[in-house]
Formats: sequence, structure tokens, C-alpha cells
Amino acid sequence: MPRWGMVIDLDKCFACQSCTVACRMENNTPVAGPDQTARGRAILWNEVLPFIEGEYPKVHVQLIPRPCQMCDNPPCIHVCPVKATYKTDEGIILVDYKRCIGCRFCAVACPYQVRYFNWYVPEWPAALKAHLNPDPEVQPRPRGVIEKCTFCIQRLRKAREKAEAEGRPFTATDYVPACVQTCTGHARYFGDLDDPNSLVHQLAHSPRAFRLLEEMGTQPKVYYLKQG
Amino acid sequence: MDRTHRESDLERTVLGPLRKTSMQFWLVIAVLGGLVLMGAVLLGRQWTTGLGVTGLKRPIYWGVYISNFVFFIGISHAGTLISAILRVTQAEWRRPITRIAEAITFFALILGALQLWIDLGRPDRILFLFFFGRFQSPLLWDVTCVTLYLLSSTLYLYLPMIPDLARLRDRMTDAPRWRRRIYTVMAAGWHGSHEQHRRLERGISIMAVLIIPIAVSVHTVVSWIFGMTMQPMWHSTILGPYFVVGAIFSGIAMLFIFMTIVRRAWHLERWIKAKQYDYLGILLLVMSAFWGYFTLSEYLTTGYSSLINEVQVLLAKIQGEYAPWFCAMVFCNLILPFAILIRRKGRTPTGAFIVAVGVAIGMWIERYTIIAPSLTRPALMARFAIYTPTFTEVGLTIASLALFALLFLLFFKLFPAISVWEVEEGQAVAAARQKAEELLRQGQLEPTLPTP
Ligand code: SF4
Ligand code: SF4
Repeated sequence: MPRWGMVIDLDKCFACQSCTVACRMENNTPVAGPDQTARGRAILWNEVLPFIEGEYPKVHVQLIPRPCQMCDNPPCIHVCPVKATYKTDEGIILVDYKRCIGCRFCAVACPYQVRYFNWYVPEWPAALKAHLNPDPEVQPRPRGVIEKCTFCIQRLRKAREKAEAEGRPFTATDYVPACVQTCTGHARYFGDLDDPNSLVHQLAHSPRAFRLLEEMGTQPKVYYLKQG
Repeated sequence: MDRTHRESDLERTVLGPLRKTSMQFWLVIAVLGGLVLMGAVLLGRQWTTGLGVTGLKRPIYWGVYISNFVFFIGISHAGTLISAILRVTQAEWRRPITRIAEAITFFALILGALQLWIDLGRPDRILFLFFFGRFQSPLLWDVTCVTLYLLSSTLYLYLPMIPDLARLRDRMTDAPRWRRRIYTVMAAGWHGSHEQHRRLERGISIMAVLIIPIAVSVHTVVSWIFGMTMQPMWHSTILGPYFVVGAIFSGIAMLFIFMTIVRRAWHLERWIKAKQYDYLGILLLVMSAFWGYFTLSEYLTTGYSSLINEVQVLLAKIQGEYAPWFCAMVFCNLILPFAILIRRKGRTPTGAFIVAVGVAIGMWIERYTIIAPSLTRPALMARFAIYTPTFTEVGLTIASLALFALLFLLFFKLFPAISVWEVEEGQAVAAARQKAEELLRQGQLEPTLPTP
């Protein structure tokens, strides 16, 4: 069974935000508008975060694209009181929108602030509404529940269906999330971390590889390759 | 009971407010009711539009409502724990104030549970907690312990009320029918026989002992919804005991506040006396000292280290945007109690009331400054966030306090605020002791050692 993981090469990322936009179109995250965004209400399953290090004149901005880290030891799941968030056999962490009671405990427990809450009923301007992804798996979430990056789980299903229709076995390379597919700088890699021949496995073991807040023991399945 | 019963002084004063209601009382009820109504409107709006009406945001997912939750659960320790400890240690002076304490517990718990519900994004799914509850989640520990505590403190409030209920059944013959019915049903056929007394005392002592560990567990698990996460300054072993101490501290303050109000309004000055204020005042001081000690341990340990994420939160509290809150908290919880209560002359109803209001505010701030600052500065954050509660949150807090007071006052319009039979028992005990001493002094009684 594959263990899905991602590697992001910070040398190649130039913060164009294509991943952020692709994710929004693929996953139907609502438009919060400038007002609500300023109030910290925007829903961005993937974000490119600027970490400013040092002080003038020696300033360095470290840009980190941040999807859900898909922790192997996920604090978000430990705290959920109703099992509304869970890990699939292939290591992807999902939210059951029909089960979630909106207590936001998981959002508080996730050290990466990856989980987003639906403060209002989701909205889109008319022009965007016409282009919502019709896939039932990403239909707009109801008000009052938590949502987050799923590694585009609907694409995994589709890839499996496609392989089956074509009468060939499904392979790990059949499936990529939208952010990986779209990445302008080819900075993102995706695949089966358990397969020693896969690119992600090899990159994850490179000396440049590190993970965010590794000391917390969450064991993320998203690796970064150091800049420089 | 015989019909020619002449009401004792105690009975007359305690039952008086149950018979006659002043205009002022209804005025207060109307004001409180109005505030509760405002809260209902605000809550209705929150439920129809979403939690967007609050000041919450990413990453400050918890704010005023969760602070209120911890606060109310905290003051619920007033009662049960204090009255149980005093009962177990057989402190005689507890007798006139146990009922008030136990009622605070009961209503504070209901309000506490309500806060959790207000905080949910999907209030319609609240029952999922019972259908699909996962015991690995600290939130479910809370649900379990609070439910258990609510059940046991209901019993603990009810049991010592039975003899008084029977008295009401027999004495309040001119009360409206529905009230007489309530008294009759709740008195559960009590007629004061020796056997009934024996069983009741037994039940009360078992509950008193049982309720202490439950109460401690409740506040510990409340702290663990924070302590079990890895957020800076939450992930600390001190949180459990710190919360328990804070809970008892704020509980005593609440007891002071309500005791003083009931004493004034119900004219119970002759029964709730200087002694209660004196002893309880000392207890409050002790808790204040404990609280200060825990606060110091927590802040110094964090501040001395160089763990950047932790220190960042600490700095937010002592010199950042939370500094005014922090100073207010230290003033209310440490300086004010010691300034006023340290001298016996300060431990008067007025002094105690002022301190108690201060401590109640200070402890609310303590909850708030534990919850909010940590969330504004999580470990991985590109920018700090700022949380400003909105009118809805403030309004619902005020409405919750109003509802708490409303329930409390109405309850004591229906039931006596002082446990009449226990005070009478206390008087009898005191009288018997005095008589025995008298006889002993006159040499008419042989002092004997109790046989083991
Ligand atoms: S990054 Fe956060 S939401 Fe994603 S698995 Fe880890 S703890 Fe859960
Ligand atoms: S917000 Fe939803 S998913 Fe998160 S802990 Fe609460 S019930 Fe679980």
C-alpha cells in the first residue's frame, strides 16, 4: 500500500502562488473577500508563507509553501472528540464534514495552522461560481465545520478509476495533487514514500531534506529541501 | 407534625422571602431577564449567520466562549468542593452557607456546559458527542467529567434539602398549588423519623467524600484540553493543579458574592455572621497565596528558559498587548485580597464583597490570558495575529452571567437559602455541649473517656 508524501524544493520555489490558486480551483475553497481576509478568515488549503529572518540590513525572507503536512502522528486526530477527522490506510488525513461538530479542537492542536474553519456559508462571486469543480467529493462544505488540504483525494479516486477503465494496474505515478501538477518551478514532487525507487523517497532521504517542526514528533509526510 | 407548631425565629426569617416578594426583587428579575433576552437574540444571530460574528479567526480559534467555559466550571467549585470539605472536616460554621454554595455549583455547571455549546460551529450536532464520542479526546474527558459532576452535585444539593422540603410542605399551606405539589413530591415522604435521619446523614456523608475527587478531576481535565496540545505555554504539567487552585479560588469569591447578596436581600444577617466572613476570608487568602505561587512557578520557569516559542508568549503577556490584562489580573488576584483581607477588620461583608468581585474578574482575566496569547503566537506562524472580541461575544458573556444570577435568585425564591434543619441541628449540638460542660463544672457528671 502506498504511503503518499510530498517533497518541496525550496531552491526551486519562487513563490508564484500558482499552487495556492490551483488548489482553490480544484477544491472549491470559498472566496472570503478582502475584508474577511484581513480579519484572518480566508480559507487557503495551501499557502506560501513568508518567514522574515534577521533584521535590516541583513534580512532574509524564507518562503515556505505549506499544504497539510499529513502527519503520521497527527495531533489533530488525537484530539477530535467525535472521530470527524481520520487517517486513511494510505496515510492521508481527511475530515468528515457530516460528522464534524465545529469545536475547532483539531485546529488548535495542529501546530501548522493547516486547518480552516467555515465562519460563514461559503460564497463565490457569480463568475467564479460557474467554474466550481463539479466533483461531488469537493462540493462546498457547510457552515461551521473544519476543512483542510486532502492531497486532492478526489484525484486519487479518479486515477484509480481511470486505470481500471483502461485495464491496467494503478501505479503511484498516476496520481498527483493539483498543486504538484501546476507548480511553475517544478519544485514539488509527489509519490509513494515507501517505494525505495520513487523520486520522493530518494529526495526525502537527501541531506537537504528537513521537515517543519520536526522536534514535535508529528512525523509529517511533507518534506522540504533546504535552500542554498 | 403538630399543628400548634410555633415558628422559630430562624424559620420565620428563612421562610419569609419565600412567602412575600418585594417590588425590588421583580425589578431585578426583569433587568436580568432583559439581559438574557438580549443574549438569546445574539445567539440566534450567531446560529443563523455563523461564528463569523465573533472575533475568532485563524489561528485564534478559541476565545471568550472557552474562557467563559473555564470560568463557569471554575466557580462551580465554590460549592460542592467547599461545602464537601467543610462537611467532611465537620466545620460547624459551614452550616448556614452550604446551601448557597451547592446552588452555585449546580447553576455554574449548567452555564459552563452552555458555553461549550455556544462555542460549537455546529450546535445542531451536539449530541454527536454522546453518539460518536471518542475517549482519546480530552474534550470527551470534559464532557464525561462535567456530566458526572453535574449529576452528583444535583444529588448533593438535593439530599440535604429533603428535610427542609418536608418543612415547606407542612408549613407553606397558603402557597399556590403548584408550589405545594413541588414541595410534596420533592420531600419524598420525609417525616423526620430516626431511621430516615440516619439514612440521610449516611447518604450525605458518602456524597461529600465522593464529590471531592470528582470536583478535582473536573477542573483538571478542563485544563487538559489545553495541556494536551503542544501550543506554547499550554503544554505544561502545572496546568492541572493550577486550574484546580484557580477554580477553588474563584469559587470562594463567587460564594462571597452570592452569600452577601442573599444575606442582604433575604435579611439573613443573624445567621450568616461575621464568623463565616472571617473564616472564609482566610480561606480565600490562602488560595490567593497558592495561586500566586503557581503563577510565579509557571512564569519564572518559562521566562528563565530560552525556548523561543514559549518566551514569545510570555513576553506578549508581560510586555506585549496582553500586559494590561496581566497587570489587572495580578492586582485583582494577589494585591487586592492581601490588601483588604489580611487584617481581621477587613474581613467584613463589605470588604469581602469588594475583594470577591475583584477576584472573580481577575480569575476571568486569568482564563483569558491563558487561552488567547498562546493562540496568537503559535510555533509556526509567519505573522502574529490579534484577537479582538466582538459585541456578540461580550454580550453573550454578560447574558450568561445574568442567566446565572437569574436562575440562582429564582431558585431561592422557591427554596430556603439556609439549610434550616442543619442550622437547628448545629444549635442543638451547641446547646447540648454547653449543658454538658455546665454539668461537668458542677461535678454532676463523671468525665469518661470514650470506649473504643
Ligand atoms: S499538519 Fe495539522 S492538519 Fe495536517 S495532519 Fe498534521 S496536525 Fe493534522
Ligand atoms: S472541529 Fe470537527 S474535526 Fe476538528 S476536532 Fe472538532 S469535531 Fe473533530
